[in-house]
Amino acid sequence: MKTIVVISGKGGTGKTVVTGSLAALAKNKVMVDCDVDAADLHLLLHPRIIERHEFRSGHTAAIDGDLCKKCGRCLAVCRFDAIKPDFSVESFSCEGCGLCSLVCPHGAIHMQENVAGEWFVSDTSYGPFVHAKLGIAEENSGKLVAKIRQVAKELGEKNRADYVIVDGPPGIGCPVIASLSGVDCALIVTEPTLSGIHDAQRVIDVAGHFHIPVKLVVNKHDLNHGMTSRIEAFCREQNIPVIGKIAFDKTVVASMVEGKTIVEHVSGAIKEELCKIWEGLKI
Amino acid sequence: MIISIASGKGGTGKTTVAVNLALSLKNVQFLDCDVEEPNAHLFLKPRIASQLKVHVPVPEIDEARCTYCGRCREVCAYHAIAVLPPGPAKEGSILVFPHLCHGCGTCSLFCPSKAIREVDKEIGLIEIGDAGPVSFIHGCLNVGEAMSPPLIRQVKNYMNPTKTVIIDAPPGTSCPVIAAVKGSDFCLLVTEPTPFGLNDLILAVEVLRKLSMPFGVVINRADIGDDKVETYCREQNILVLMRIPFDRRIAELYSSGIPFVLEKTEYRGQFNAAFNLIKQETAK
Ligand code: SF4
Ligand code: SF4
Repeated sequence: MKTIVVISGKGGTGKTVVTGSLAALAKNKVMVDCDVDAADLHLLLHPRIIERHEFRSGHTAAIDGDLCKKCGRCLAVCRFDAIKPDFSVESFSCEGCGLCSLVCPHGAIHMQENVAGEWFVSDTSYGPFVHAKLGIAEENSGKLVAKIRQVAKELGEKNRADYVIVDGPPGIGCPVIASLSGVDCALIVTEPTLSGIHDAQRVIDVAGHFHIPVKLVVNKHDLNHGMTSRIEAFCREQNIPVIGKIAFDKTVVASMVEGKTIVEHVSGAIKEELCKIWEGLKI
Repeated sequence: MIISIASGKGGTGKTTVAVNLALSLKNVQFLDCDVEEPNAHLFLKPRIASQLKVHVPVPEIDEARCTYCGRCREVCAYHAIAVLPPGPAKEGSILVFPHLCHGCGTCSLFCPSKAIREVDKEIGLIEIGDAGPVSFIHGCLNVGEAMSPPLIRQVKNYMNPTKTVIIDAPPGTSCPVIAAVKGSDFCLLVTEPTPFGLNDLILAVEVLRKLSMPFGVVINRADIGDDKVETYCREQNILVLMRIPFDRRIAELYSSGIPFVLEKTEYRGQFNAAFNLIKQETAK
């Protein structure tokens, strides 16, 4: 079983649209949406949720107003400005380190476990799908990503799947690192814009840092031919195969509005290109 | 006035709106807090006057003093320290995992043998400069680094409250976004009229309501997709500050790193109108 992750660095390059098409093209796989912060793949895959689990992670300090003598020790030690002058905890800022509860001489602070989100195992017409919803303003997205990847891996092994296909989050921080760790290949979807190139380069460096092989797709390649050539040139230099170039097409938006994957919604050149991308991706 | 520009979903035009707004207003300071993928400099092309490395504290163990008592491992909420006590045949050992460390300082405070001191670990860079009349600051997270909030907080330390501060926030709804938008007077959410755009807008609205921060929406590529974003904003009584139609020229300018108000100057007036609406909203 091979794991392929689709990432982009920059958001909005068409990563999820490409992943959606892979869901329709690949046989015998488990799909995972690791963009737990702003998950979108479910809008294309229309899951029927079979299992629903709480994701518990991290802690938040809680101060018992009856025991608190307002000595100010907690305020002095907290490095995250999470304790307000009126001795209440600002939960957004609290990183759950527990230092305040350890130093409070009156035992007025205890640490509460957070329900940081939910994760789901679903059935779709494209096969099993593991996804999640991080609670609003929660941290630990990296841990939630690691959790659902683990679940998908076990499910894949049980089903004797050939692939686990992961829709990754934007950026290069902790959820991206958690999405990349130990995968067999990272597909980078970029666009021919200065920002697209800049961000693709950074995410390629992250993949390199973790020794993950990379392939690349240029989406909306005809929007700026000069930039597309620049992407192809730096890929050549770095030995990164460019396995597809998708043209800009308003029907892509239309398929999204319909809640369908592009390969099912359109025919012709774009569909062929996506089939080619899947052929180029198979390992 | 501090205005942050955010969007649940990436790629909706957050940086475009932030940059063009900055170029349409007077006396602006621009903070790029999307430190994982900072992009605003590609458009504003600032002249960088100074660079600073950003560090976070991580523990360093003096093994000569360490007795392998394990107290640090017990108090560390992030499992960033592992301690193996000495056995009959082997020596003890202690390991720090800097990537898991949040720099809270608990371990060094509680080590009974005073064997832990904090040392600086570099996580990124802050660059300060000017892009014409706009003062410019951005943070750039080092590749392979997992935690962006400490860097975002340090970028915000350079905020100049005598100016109109525009913060380009990272996408999403989790800790980096909160670190970036916290303390703003107003948050502008950039979205697009597609199911993905709407799904992620709803999440972003939840975040801002939780933070009790006033906000409004800019709909980018307003004439593609469907009208569900408009309907949602109407039903939820959310102020739509501006609509930017899809324009291939804007997309081309964007792809080459040119802020569109430089060519399509008529938009300056629209950005100023949006800014006036924001002033009215925050005065309420
Ligand atoms: S647990 Fe840590 S971050 Fe939270 S309030 Fe206490 S000292 Fe601050
Ligand atoms: S500083 Fe805090 S997070 Fe880092 S190792 Fe020490 S106790 Fe753990």
